[in-house]
Formats: sequence, C-alpha cells, structure tokens
Amino acid sequence: MEIITKIVHPIFEKKPGRGLLIFGLAIVIIVILMAIFAPLIAPYDPTKTSDDSFQPPSAEHLMGTNRLGQDVFSRIVWGSRIVLYVVFIATLLSMSIGIPLGLISGYHGGKIDRALSIIMDSIYAFPALILAIVIAVVLGPSPINTAIAISFVYVPTYFRMVRGQTLSLKEQLFVEAARAIGARDKEIMVKYILPNLAPTVLVVFTLSVADAILTEAGLSFLGLSVTPPTPDWGYDLRVGQPFLLDGYWWLVFFPGAMIMLLAMAFALIGEALSERISLATR
Amino acid sequence: MARGVGSYIIIRGLMIIPTILILYTIVFIFLRILPGDPILAVVGTKNIPPEQLAHLRAMAGLDKPLYVQYFDYLFRMIRGDFGVTLAFPQGKPVWEYLKLRFPATLELTIFSFTVSVLLGLITGVIAAKNKGTKIDTSMRIYSIVAYTLFIPWFGMMLQYLFGVHFHLLPTSGRIDPGIDLQRITGLYVLDSILTGNWEAFTSAIRHLVLPSITLGMVLSGAYTRLVRNNMVDVLSQDFIRSYHARGVKHWKVTLYALKNAFIPVITLMGLQFAILLGGAVLTETTFSWPGMGTFIVDRIDYRDYNAIQGAVVFFAFFVGLISLVVDVIYALLDPRVKY
Repeated sequence: MEIITKIVHPIFEKKPGRGLLIFGLAIVIIVILMAIFAPLIAPYDPTKTSDDSFQPPSAEHLMGTNRLGQDVFSRIVWGSRIVLYVVFIATLLSMSIGIPLGLISGYHGGKIDRALSIIMDSIYAFPALILAIVIAVVLGPSPINTAIAISFVYVPTYFRMVRGQTLSLKEQLFVEAARAIGARDKEIMVKYILPNLAPTVLVVFTLSVADAILTEAGLSFLGLSVTPPTPDWGYDLRVGQPFLLDGYWWLVFFPGAMIMLLAMAFALIGEALSERISLATR
Repeated sequence: MARGVGSYIIIRGLMIIPTILILYTIVFIFLRILPGDPILAVVGTKNIPPEQLAHLRAMAGLDKPLYVQYFDYLFRMIRGDFGVTLAFPQGKPVWEYLKLRFPATLELTIFSFTVSVLLGLITGVIAAKNKGTKIDTSMRIYSIVAYTLFIPWFGMMLQYLFGVHFHLLPTSGRIDPGIDLQRITGLYVLDSILTGNWEAFTSAIRHLVLPSITLGMVLSGAYTRLVRNNMVDVLSQDFIRSYHARGVKHWKVTLYALKNAFIPVITLMGLQFAILLGGAVLTETTFSWPGMGTFIVDRIDYRDYNAIQGAVVFFAFFVGLISLVVDVIYALLDPRVKY
C-alpha cells in the first residue's frame, strides 16, 4: 500500500511538469480505450475491401481509404490492439527476466555477476533493432514472436538498472539490520530490496515501453510482425509508402502519427515521473 | 602510474573481443540452433532432389556438427570470409556485398551523426542560456519529441514535403542515375571530391539531405539534454564569471563554456552510434538507400540466413570499433582519465 501511495501521490502533486504527465496519461488512456472498444468505435470492418479505393479523408471516411478500399480510420482503431498487445507482452517478458537476474547479480556479485554483466553490456551496446530483426526473422511473422524478439533486446535495460540499484541498496543500514536479525539472502532480496526498486522500475518501464513501441513499429514496417490483412500501424505505413509520391498522403500520415503519439505519450510520462521521483535513470 | 596511451589503446582494444564473441554467439544460436531448417526456408516447400539439398547444405557449412560450424565460421570471419549467399544469386561471397554496401551506410551515418550533434549542440546551448524560461521548456519538449519520432514516418513526411510538394530534393537513392562516378572509397561525397567531379558531388549531397536530417534529428534529442545540463553547470562556475568580469565578449564566453561542456558528450556518442545504426536500417528502407540495412532487409525476403549472419556480425565489429575510438578520444581529451 505504501508503495502505491508513493507512486500515485506524485502524479497529482502540483509541480512543474504536471501538464506533460497528464497529457501523456490522457493519450495512453485514449489508446487503451480505443483498443478495448474497437468494435464499437470503428465504423467499418478493418479488413473488408471495397471499390472505393484511394478516397481522401471525408465525412464518410475520416482518414480516407487505402488501395484496397479499406477504411484507414477503422484500421487505426483496430491496429491499436496489436501494438498494445505486443508491447505489453514484450515488456512483461523482459521485466520478468531482467529484474530477477539484476537482483541476483547485484546482490551476490562474484563470477556470475561479472559474466552476466559482460553479456548484458554487449547486448545493450548493440543496435536493438538489428538484433530484434534477427530474432524476428528466425521466429517468423506473428505478434507473439515479435513480442519475444523485442523482449530479448530490452532485458539488459532492466538488468543494468536493477543491478546498479541493488549494489547501492545492499549497503544500506536497513539491509544490514535485516541481516542482523537473521533474515536470509532470499528474504532480503524479495522483502527489503525489491520494494525499494519499484519507483525506478516504473520510470524505466515507461521509457522502455516508448522504445518498444518504436521497435514494434519498425519491425512491422520491415514486414516482420504481422501478416496481411491484420491491421497494424507499422505495416500500414509500409504498404502505403509506394503511393505517397502519388500524393496519397493519408495512407501514411495517420498510422505514423499514431505510432509517434503513443511513443511520445509514454516518453512524456517517463520524463515527468523520473523528475518527480527524482531518480537518475541512466 | 601512467602506462602511456599506447598500452591503454591495446588493453581497451582487447576488451572489444568478448563483446564481438558474445554477439556472434547470440546470433549463431538464434540462426542455427533454433528450430527451422535454413535451407528448407530458402527453397520453400518445393520438392527438390535430395542431392541438390545436400549440395546447398554443404555450401552453407550446415552438414557439419554445430560446434564445428561455430568455430569454422568464426575463424573464416577473422580472415574476412563471411560465407556465401544461399539464394539469388547462389554462392556469391557475402563479403562482396558488404564491401559494396558498407560505404553507403557509413556515408549516411557520418552525415546523420554530424546533423545530430550540431542540432543537439545548438538546441542544448539555447536551452542552457535561457534556463528556466519557456524557451528552455520548449527545448526540453523538442528533445522528447525528436527522440520519439518514428523514422519511416518522419522520413516520408519530408519526402512528401520536399520531394512531392516543392520538388526540391530527391527522395531515393544515393546519386542521380546517369552520373558516372569513379569508385575509390565508396563514399560518394569523398570520391567526387577526389576525382573533382562536381556534378556527382552536388547530386550526392542533395541525395544525402533528407535521409541525414531524418536520422540526425531523431538522435539529436539525447544531445540536447546532455549539452543543456552540462552547459548550465559550466556557466555557473567561477571562471565563467571572471571572463564576464574581464569584459570578454558574450559569444566567446559561450564558446569557452561549450568546450568544457562538450567532453561528457563524447561518452554519449559511442552509445548513440549504435542507435544510429539501428535507425539506419529504417532510414535506408524509407529512402531506398543501398546500404547494409537494405541489404539485410532484402536478404530477409530470401530467408538467406548466411548473408544475414554475415552482415550482423560485421555490424558487431563496427560497433565494437566505434566504442573503442570513442573511448580513446575521451581518454586523450580528458586529463582526469588514467590510462
């Protein structure tokens, strides 16, 4: 309970940057609602083709139609489901691997710590998108495989942050006190160190979600995430590009703008939170 | 005791070996040990004679045990042999492609890198000099928005605006077709200067503008932040105040401060370069730029695992080398670093 108030309280505190935080949260909430109520919001079936191809935005088709006569707005509404699904699974996976490894590595130190650190640093220093491409190619195009590919490249982000924090936390008095009253290592890690990591994890979470959204969009832009006719923002951008030079700007403008807005929303939240919780995250 | 710059460079150079080995191992594990037969992936579901399948397998080195494959490829790579392509065309050395494609990527990254550092410096200095004002806040928002720009989308918007609407700049390729340029380094801008071919020079620069701005702007945000914070620190120090007291011109003081604020930025450059290479894949695809990124993407379509492995491991070499160069420059510039 204490952790929750610690996190929730700063959100509503009136400090500079609250505007950014509320703006970011609003966009995220809107996109989540869009994904949940997609069947109610989308005016057309996102995969249904029609003869009305390349229609510019109008009252009938808010964001126009594409080559196959599909309604761009409906595809965007449904596409939010794929992005959120992939990014949610990916982040959950990388957290559930990166956090425990970082905790163990930082707490115990020694050879395991050194080996893990070298491996994680190597992955961290390599272009995330290129590594994700390799994994996605091998696994084949599907949302869950994309999530696995993305999760792999973000494990080091959590590992490095948790390890660093654990290193400094384990020297603190309350950990020493716990050890003095006979708490075992596992207990200290889970009961004493882990809860104190929560604020940092939250900040890194929002920032890495922003990153993961861009990586997901990048992979599907390269044709590695979904197969047609699934609506997906990155994929629609790829399919629309050849027609951009003919002047059909709406095919790429709207899906791309959504990718950017959602990534930006998370980045703004992360930015505001990191300032509020006043943590050095990098 | 100082052991000299030479031994520092050697020790730091040795440190990139484990990094490259680890990345090679990861890529190898994913491409070779995970389920799925690379050869069947290339030929698809077509029925092909078993002899031909065996031939393809031997060509890719897949007929040997895994550990032999692992070391075999590693040692061949050290000698510059990155294997052969599996399809379209079959059996062409991957190195031939890398030699042709890498200069294109290098040229794009050098220009984008310059754009990102310049933009970062300008916005960072503006923010620091107007600390706490609306200008400072808007530069902060710029750094976030720039960071979350989706490269293909931003690139396409620039293509539409400057290519389709104003007809000002080319939207794809490296140089106008029909221009004859003698290939020396593969960096078109450099080659055209070396051969005095000004028509090719203008064309190459014009082709570089939109892709470099796209990639450079996305990466400038991180510099904005760092330059701003360092500048704020430096500007509040005593030596700056004494410059002002002695009546040194305002812009000169800014320059002195910038020199001091710049050293920490160098550390960021190494990491930024890796992100730059990732972004280059998307930039190249958006602008049909014939570099390493489009090479990897093309090979994905053929499921050519050999070529993908070669290109990615080559990237690992390059990333390792860049981090080495950045560390050495940093050590040379910052007197506090002990060798």
